Amino acid sequence: MIGVIDYGAGNLSSVLKAVKKLGYDAKVISTAKEINEADAYILPGVGAFCQAMEGISQIKDVLLQNISEGKYILGICLGMQMLFDKSYEDGEYDGLGLLPGQVKLLEVSPLKVPHMGWNQLVEHGDDSIAKGSDKGYVYFVHSYYACPDDFNHVKLYSEYGVKVPAMVRRDNVIGMQFHPEKSGETGMTLLKKFLEMV
Amino acid sequence: MITKRIIPCLDVRGGRVVKGTKFEDIKDVNDPVELAKKYSDCGADELVFYDITASCEKRDIFIDVVEKVAGEVYIPFTVGGGISSIEDFNKVLRAGADKVSVNSLAVKDKDIIKKAALKFGAQCVVLSIDAKSNDKGSYDVYINGGRTNTGLDAIEWAKEGQRLGAGEIVLNSIDTDGVKNGFDLELLNRVCDKTSIPVIASGGAGTKEHFSQLFKKTNVDAGLAASVFHFGEIDIRDLKEYLYNQGINVRRV
Repeated sequence: MIGVIDYGAGNLSSVLKAVKKLGYDAKVISTAKEINEADAYILPGVGAFCQAMEGISQIKDVLLQNISEGKYILGICLGMQMLFDKSYEDGEYDGLGLLPGQVKLLEVSPLKVPHMGWNQLVEHGDDSIAKGSDKGYVYFVHSYYACPDDFNHVKLYSEYGVKVPAMVRRDNVIGMQFHPEKSGETGMTLLKKFLEMV
Repeated sequence: MITKRIIPCLDVRGGRVVKGTKFEDIKDVNDPVELAKKYSDCGADELVFYDITASCEKRDIFIDVVEKVAGEVYIPFTVGGGISSIEDFNKVLRAGADKVSVNSLAVKDKDIIKKAALKFGAQCVVLSIDAKSNDKGSYDVYINGGRTNTGLDAIEWAKEGQRLGAGEIVLNSIDTDGVKNGFDLELLNRVCDKTSIPVIASGGAGTKEHFSQLFKKTNVDAGLAASVFHFGEIDIRDLKEYLYNQGINVRRV
């Protein structure tokens, strides 16, 4: 069972529907018991970083424990940013520390912020999860972006004034800055690849 | 680089898509879920659904439509019309919408933009503006479906909307809406010059050329239209191909 983690950040239904559409058993989870029971996790997220980290604080330790034992996690959008060490969104806040790096404001003037809309993916490295997605389009909505300490963790990126990490991965920890559940065929394919791995 | 978006707009009443011109003359068009799927398949980048139901009881039918669309269509969509509180934002977002647009409500209660942006994130708050030129060479903001002139200046209102936390603006020109003579480039340029959030152009699309002019002559991020898509006058796949050949960066499927 895929656990879609509910920590009070609103819209989970699209992710849940997309996972089910792909034929996988999925459920919204929020307690430590449910975290222990799930086979893998999806960490969705909209809204502000500090509120999201606060929302997840109760279950953070049990989640990290399960991930250290090898369960897969996919962070989407803000959920991907939460995987990193630290964010500078409206202050300075610690993230989950599953990926080394920081989350910073996109400063790409004269380009508009938020980075909103469909952008093209560029493959980086040769991770199987990214194979075949080069030049595909996915849907982004974000004002902050991840700056990994090691750019080799970036498997797909998009150009928007800077190289915006679109998909990151370190072993069983995966993040997608775009919304795979809102990115048509390309997004559903990437989501499916994650689900096939777990 | 980011692509220019093409967005079909679906007005929904009693669970069906309808289309009128100049806010009148309503015709039944199609089943919203069916139409949404069709548009998504042929390359629409996003969808907008407006609830034009007058009565409250029918509101549930609309929420049901939102839920069904979210289960069948995997592209982003915005919901507007009949939003009157933060609770309404919550309801449509939970039903699966990605963004919520406010129009009359935001004029009457500016704080709703700020409150919604704080609660749900600026990215899901869309300020929809109906603007009409006046004899002073500027544009007034209209509300209540284009019937009431608020006397607010449209460019100032767009700026304020951004300041309050809106993540995007849908700018509909009442002068060009339904006329199919092209988008209101003058109005759009004025708003784009004074704002730095994405602007979606609405009102006036009649041909593919209108879209290429829109993207060549303004800095807008997206073009929205309804009837030309609903009645098959412009095929979205053809439109994308045409724009691509015109050197405009678009997503082709």
